Amino acid sequence: MADWQAVIGLEIHAQLNTRSKIFSAVSTAFGAAPNTQASLVDLGFPGVLPVTNEAVYEKAVAFGLGVGATINHQSVFDRKNYFYPDLPKGYQITQLDEPIVEHGHMDINCADGGRKTIHITRAHLEEDAGKSLHKDYAGETGIDLNRAGTPLLEIVSEPDLRSAEEASTYARQIHKLLTYLDICDGNMAEGSMRCDANVSIRPSGSSELGTRTETKNINSFRFLEQAINHEIERQIAVIESGGRVVQETRLYDPDRDETRPMRSKETAMDYRYFPEPDLLPVVIDDSFISAVRDRLPEMPYEKRARFQTAFGLSEEDAETLSGNRSLADYFEYVASASDPRQASNWVRVELLGRISKDSFNSEDVPVPASELASLINRISDETISGKIAKTVFDALWQGETDSVDAYIDAKGLKQVSDSSDLAPIVTAIIANNTKQVEQYRAGKTKLLGFFVGQVMKETGGKANPKQVNDLVRIQLDTV
Amino acid sequence: MAVNKETVLTIATLAHLEIAIDQVDDQIDRMNRILDLVDEMQAVNTHEVRPLATPFDQVQRLRADEVTESNQREKLQSVATRTSDGLYLVPRFVE
Repeated sequence: MADWQAVIGLEIHAQLNTRSKIFSAVSTAFGAAPNTQASLVDLGFPGVLPVTNEAVYEKAVAFGLGVGATINHQSVFDRKNYFYPDLPKGYQITQLDEPIVEHGHMDINCADGGRKTIHITRAHLEEDAGKSLHKDYAGETGIDLNRAGTPLLEIVSEPDLRSAEEASTYARQIHKLLTYLDICDGNMAEGSMRCDANVSIRPSGSSELGTRTETKNINSFRFLEQAINHEIERQIAVIESGGRVVQETRLYDPDRDETRPMRSKETAMDYRYFPEPDLLPVVIDDSFISAVRDRLPEMPYEKRARFQTAFGLSEEDAETLSGNRSLADYFEYVASASDPRQASNWVRVELLGRISKDSFNSEDVPVPASELASLINRISDETISGKIAKTVFDALWQGETDSVDAYIDAKGLKQVSDSSDLAPIVTAIIANNTKQVEQYRAGKTKLLGFFVGQVMKETGGKANPKQVNDLVRIQLDTV
Repeated sequence: MAVNKETVLTIATLAHLEIAIDQVDDQIDRMNRILDLVDEMQAVNTHEVRPLATPFDQVQRLRADEVTESNQREKLQSVATRTSDGLYLVPRFVE
């Protein structure tokens, strides 16, 4: 590998979260019964005309602004012709020569701690195809056209990436931006974001590009890394054994961890693009772009910086907590309603220990932000100890309760902080452990912990540890 | 520009059309006649002839993001050759 350098570019397809499709007024909701969300336009019946959805332009412009790109005032749709049963028209409507977004960039953190700029060539609007189901229909394939016509933003990077790790970091950053901007739901398992990876290799130090292959339809960051690493190794093996890399489209099989050729090689694909005669050029003016800019939410990097200053977090913690918009909103609620540093610890350790950052969605979290804030406040006001708080958190997580305060009351978990309640217990413990008392007074002061532990045990963990510590020390030192 | 046998067969493959080998010469001839006609038209002097009105001077009006279409599956599938479980069935294809 040291002799070879990988050159990688990504094409990311993001489904835009509009209510209706890009060219028809049909719902885009996921999971409907097959073909119940497919109209005459989506089915490619003759004589029907597409009408473009304004929201796809608003979302594409928001993305363009998010990556510092040029927004083209005029964009034009084209037909990309190919035959496939899940594309009933025989062509996909896309944008070839005049896309809506060009020349953007995204900065990523590298493994060596530095930053690197990845250039974004373009982002264009197009329609998704339907789905083919190969199983269960002996000798036939089932076609569901609900997805046909779902709006896609295809985000094309320059070949600026040099490793599978960089590619996955870049893809995660794009994912983060799309969800922050609320233009894509980011659900990769449902196919809302999919990646194609263009990979080639060249001798280290060379500036010429090698022949590239395209691996299509990768739907997780982990598979993206695996597919690229596999493809790099395969190309090195081909070249080192005296072969030649063939330009082709490959498909990644995560079960076998390998890529294999996808399209037949007998005829090179010729998409015969031409301008879509059913759609006029789309012209947007500066006021359209300004209106989108005015509605842009806080960007991930802005949120990270604000978390650092407003809540006193380290850069690393702020990066983690701003890593996903839902997580950031959840954390911000907790931090604003309780001690921010405690909020950071609880969210990072207890919540992210149970759910991954990438799939965090506050709607799926069994502990509401308001209850986590209450829990932290009960620690701060010394109603409960940190240890007891973990058991309350577990109870919330398991669904045993939905109220911190009600649970503390019902289970009698309130911390005992009253000296008049604790002092007799401390006295009794000291009286029952004369041997340890002698050792302590002889200088073995580490035994303080033993006495504190005994008192905590006696009170079922409810005693205020600091209070117990003080009482034990006073009684041992003064008697 | 003239069409040859290779071009005809490539276009047939891209269009998923089957052309019997004994029809290829006829296809070459027909396509070449269309191209000849185009050449003939291009020879016409159009100097100072103003272009016809074209819709490309217009701008596309966009539609609000609203769902107004309802489920038409039964009606649409009534003209399909084969369906099952709400799916359209087509001859099996696997990449």
